[in-house]
Amino acid sequence: MLLSYLKLAWKVLLRRKFFTFISLFGISFTLMVLLVVVAMFDHTFGAHAPETNLDRMLFAQFLHVKFKDGGNMNTPPSYHVLNKYVRTLRTPESVAIASNFHATPSYVGNRKLDLDLRYTDAMFWKALDFKFLQGKAFGEPEVKGAARVAVINQSTARQYFGTDQGVLGRTIEINQIGYRVQGVVEDVPAMRFISYADVWVPITTSPDDLQRIGLNGDYLAIITAKSAADLPNVQAEFQRAVRAIPLPDPKNMKRLNFYADPLLAAIFSRQAFRQFTDDPENDGLAIMYSILGSVALLFMLLPALNLVNINVSRIMERSSEIGVRKAFGATGGTLVGQFLVENIFLTTLGGLAGLGLAYVALQLISGSDLLAYAHFELNWRIFGWALFVTLIFGVVSGVYPAFKMSRLQPARAAANNIERLGGFALSG
Amino acid sequence: MEPTLTKNSLLADATASISLKNTPMIKLTDIEKVYQTDTIETVALNRVNLTINKGEFVSVMGPSGCGKSTLLSLMGLLDEPTGGTIEIDGRPVTSYSDKELARLRNHKIGFIFQSFHLINDLSVLDNVELPLLYRAGLSGKERRQRAHAALDKVGLSARTRHFPSQLSGGQRQRVAIARALAGAPEIILADEPTGNLDSVMGDEIMDLLLGLNRHEGTTIVMVTHDENMAHKTERLIRFFDGSQVS
Repeated sequence: MLLSYLKLAWKVLLRRKFFTFISLFGISFTLMVLLVVVAMFDHTFGAHAPETNLDRMLFAQFLHVKFKDGGNMNTPPSYHVLNKYVRTLRTPESVAIASNFHATPSYVGNRKLDLDLRYTDAMFWKALDFKFLQGKAFGEPEVKGAARVAVINQSTARQYFGTDQGVLGRTIEINQIGYRVQGVVEDVPAMRFISYADVWVPITTSPDDLQRIGLNGDYLAIITAKSAADLPNVQAEFQRAVRAIPLPDPKNMKRLNFYADPLLAAIFSRQAFRQFTDDPENDGLAIMYSILGSVALLFMLLPALNLVNINVSRIMERSSEIGVRKAFGATGGTLVGQFLVENIFLTTLGGLAGLGLAYVALQLISGSDLLAYAHFELNWRIFGWALFVTLIFGVVSGVYPAFKMSRLQPARAAANNIERLGGFALSG
Repeated sequence: MEPTLTKNSLLADATASISLKNTPMIKLTDIEKVYQTDTIETVALNRVNLTINKGEFVSVMGPSGCGKSTLLSLMGLLDEPTGGTIEIDGRPVTSYSDKELARLRNHKIGFIFQSFHLINDLSVLDNVELPLLYRAGLSGKERRQRAHAALDKVGLSARTRHFPSQLSGGQRQRVAIARALAGAPEIILADEPTGNLDSVMGDEIMDLLLGLNRHEGTTIVMVTHDENMAHKTERLIRFFDGSQVS
């Protein structure tokens, strides 16, 4: 029976090519946009190298001070705060501290290179999963000794040395300071805000005064729990530690909020929905997902409504067939099933076309150098998303027309005359 | 001894046939059908009492709008009466659910329409297979075999892969008859089956229906405007203004 439905669905599609094209275009274009967004989202926030252990990682990136006069200060924390109150946490497996990255000038002959430089501790390399092409990371001795060593990415090696081979031991000069290259890693996309840089050097070589006591700075902490299940314990201990941080100006400062959150909350939702998130329990992710879900739903609504409209007119065209099927034993439920199968078939075609379009779009974006080292790709997770969204399309746009179809009476009469419904009704 | 036995068995067959002919297949009792709109009430059938026996071939005649269509719709369980009861093969069906009615239609009734109502996007074989799609427990192979057998009966086994648009009117109606036969129904309801055909093709179709009735004992109710065709059937019922007049 399924084969019969599919054969018929294919024939119906071919019968009205223009409407089929409009339906498929609506679905595939919408899906393409959704898939591109999902691919970019996945690329930025998904568990990809070097942030492979995201399921058991927390990030402390911003602290927020409320002033008594109603003012606010939102700032990355100082090294002092992280080193004294976060690194000393007992529940996590590890705590790494790194600076945010900043474009730093470097010169190759007369050519200026703006290299993104990040200062890190030794634990940074253990917490994250960088792929080393040559050499190795710097360790505790180099960090303690403030050794002028660097790990650079492959593109920097090529740009600075003209090759990515045999660069270990050579010196790269950044901001007029020479660093000996100790390792070369695969490029990390610029959208991986926590791990990305062109050059990583020991945190102790930073020009900042790491001993300065104060809340604000330019650093972040990467906290790895022993397991995903242990994250709440780590967060609870983190909050206890935060309560021990003294307010430097208690006369004017009212409260300090500082949270260890999963990646997406740390980077985006905790800041974006701050009026709702002054609470360790609410990191804003639920609000963000609700908004994203609603936007996606609205975005899908237009092509879905278009499809509903086309489907209803298709059903009216096929009322004779519906009448015949009912006459020969189809129940309302069977007809709903048939129409949903046909519609899911149509939307699946649209979904596959959308997947193809999304692939092309992502290739174009990846190749355009808009985002450094971005390499967007369609993985199985995104393919699963596409199938899921397609299914939603198929069901949402098919249910109402299918219901209408199943309610169609094969024989109906009105007024004085027997009316022919789609030419089906028996003669009168 | 043998001729006597044959004589006896023939006699037994004839007796069985007579007793079968006296068993009601479709029984309408006090059937009323009223169509109601906001302003107009139309009585399509007015207290119709009619019995069609098993194996009978009955034709229904009457002017347009006299209720023939409604009668056939009610007999085919495609519509519900406003009043009265319908019995199919001795079972009252008035309280049947949509699912039960669909099952009864699928197993007991075959429809033939004036305009054939074949699905143009399906091949001849797929069209004929259609009633069997809704019958549980049949494999694809069985469905195909039955569809082939039905097409064989109407002499169209060479056209299985054709599409309706590639056939003549007479051939299309024969496909429609094969579709009605595929499920081996005991009742065939034919709505002006020769109405869209020329006289030669009309005769062919009529012969086919007569053959089905005589050789397979199928109960047939045929609506027609053609007196000649109607007189070929066992019984002629005339309708006028929603009532049976003869």
